[in-house]
Amino acid sequence: MTATALDAPVAVPVKSPSHWANVVRRFRRDPIAVTCLVLLLLIIAAAIFAPWIAPYDPYKTSMIRRLQVIGAPHYLLGTDELGRDMLSRLIYGGRLSLFMGLGPVAIALVVGGCLGVAAGFLGGWVNTAIMRTVDVFYAFPSVLLAIAISGALGAGLLNSIVSLTIVFVPPITRVAESVTTGVRSLDFVDAARATGADTFSIIRVHVLGNVLGPVFVYASSLISVSIILSSGLSFLGLGVKPPEPEWGLMLNTLRQAIWINPIVSILPGVAIFATSICCNLVSDGLRAAMDMRR
Amino acid sequence: MSALPDTRDRGGPNQPLLIVTSLRKYFPIRGGLLNRQVASVQAVDDVSFSVRKGETLGIVGESGCGKSTTARLLMRLIEPDVGQVVFDGEAVGAQDGISVRDLRRSMQMVFQDSYASLNPRLPIESSISFGQRFQGIGKVEAAARSRDLLARVGLEPNRFAQRYPHELSGGQRQRVNIARALALDPRLLILDEAVSALDKSVEAQVLNLLADLKAAFDLTYIFISHDLNVVRYISDRVMVMYLGKVVEIGPVDQVYANPRHPYTSALLSAMPSMDPDHRTEQPPLTGDPPNPINPPSGCRFRTRCAFAEDVCAVAPALTALDPADEHAVSCHRETAGSGHSGAPAS
Repeated sequence: MTATALDAPVAVPVKSPSHWANVVRRFRRDPIAVTCLVLLLLIIAAAIFAPWIAPYDPYKTSMIRRLQVIGAPHYLLGTDELGRDMLSRLIYGGRLSLFMGLGPVAIALVVGGCLGVAAGFLGGWVNTAIMRTVDVFYAFPSVLLAIAISGALGAGLLNSIVSLTIVFVPPITRVAESVTTGVRSLDFVDAARATGADTFSIIRVHVLGNVLGPVFVYASSLISVSIILSSGLSFLGLGVKPPEPEWGLMLNTLRQAIWINPIVSILPGVAIFATSICCNLVSDGLRAAMDMRR
Repeated sequence: MSALPDTRDRGGPNQPLLIVTSLRKYFPIRGGLLNRQVASVQAVDDVSFSVRKGETLGIVGESGCGKSTTARLLMRLIEPDVGQVVFDGEAVGAQDGISVRDLRRSMQMVFQDSYASLNPRLPIESSISFGQRFQGIGKVEAAARSRDLLARVGLEPNRFAQRYPHELSGGQRQRVNIARALALDPRLLILDEAVSALDKSVEAQVLNLLADLKAAFDLTYIFISHDLNVVRYISDRVMVMYLGKVVEIGPVDQVYANPRHPYTSALLSAMPSMDPDHRTEQPPLTGDPPNPINPPSGCRFRTRCAFAEDVCAVAPALTALDPADEHAVSCHRETAGSGHSGAPAS
């Protein structure tokens, strides 16, 4: 054929960068997203290495050093209403708060992803059964649903993870279903079916790779929601119990001190806000980086 | 690479490779309360034809006439409502016939949209070798085979095997699609508008490639296109479809030189000509094709036909014009004794 004549022989095989290598390359060109990712990694690292980083024991109370201001001697970020070091508590609090942010989203990503892909790819009555069940959960506002489930199950870490997972499964299922439906109608899926491949292999090789990206980006935007919701649950006394350091719970207990020492009182809120906005901006950057056309 | 015809050729040279009988697909339109079926799109209605070994059958018609649906029905990508398909003497899906799985090994398809028919996340070598694993070919062998095929379709394997679809041009992608279709060593290749989206020079290259591959791999083609010039160039026989029905089928020279169905004549006179003396001033057909949800009763073309008479309210059957059964047309005007004023005397 003519084209072979045009193509000069090349000794070295050309290997194109994989899709994910391209995503990383494009992500690195986005300074805001990179900054947020670094901040997020710092917060995560601080939480993981809390025992080595935190200057004081986060549980150690001191009646004489209550509600110190920011910059007080020995207490960089002041102390809370029981005289515990705020910096240490914020660092330790990141452990639970991040866990509550990532845990429910990760579980919901697996469950919702499977449900959505199954509904989208199989269609028909499977789709109807899954999607109409999911619709039921949409009837409730997410905050109310989380509170209701947590309230019914009782306070506690595990129960709030369960309740938040239930809150996040429906939206992830919906996104996965709509993306899968779009992918399924593309010709390469038909071409794969025409080779006699079984449904599971087609989903694994041809559907998941194309569905995972958008669903993952959507799920990463839910991490901040999860942190805020779990903080809300703790605030209401449905999540973590005192004296456990957790950002939402700290906000709750410090609210009585808002008139005495407002800046220290809002510090857990600042931590929640910073983590959430970093998550959102990183997921925005990821979404842009995954766009094949750039 | 080319499989030996004697091991695969079960029915002998005179057995048509494909016999399609009364193929029908109505797509239901659901709506209203309880999702009841309120109507149906009569995409393919009572289509019968056969494809001989080694020939190229062109299928032409306007968009929406059921060409692509016919292709997908043959591949069993959609299930037909009614109809029988016999592949080399073996009925598809029948107890003693050929299974859909085996059929798909013997019959492959190239789609129109070269980009949508390749997984954007897979290097093209993986796309080509994917299907082979389900037909009992090992991973290493499949990869080697994929590279061989890439070379066969004119893409240097070292340069292209690890590329992604978006890095290739339309023509290169369509070559990859052809390589993928050939990976299972099929006997029949359905080309559904495979060259329609390519620009003219690339289209010519791919057509030449297809002709080379046909000889090298002992293939039979079903070539679906709306481009009458291309169909004439590549086909041995041509089948004209209108609103889900076959209106005319015959050897390509005969049909092009002497079209018998009024629709075929109109279609051919709408063909762009390079010769200024042959330009058409008048539109050969007016109006749009009727809605396939509510096609006209009787002959489906009668609402646009210049020769329509009362008798056309009865659906005409596909009738052979010559004793050899080569050229057949579905029109009362060509059928002796049909009652049409223009019908030949019997």
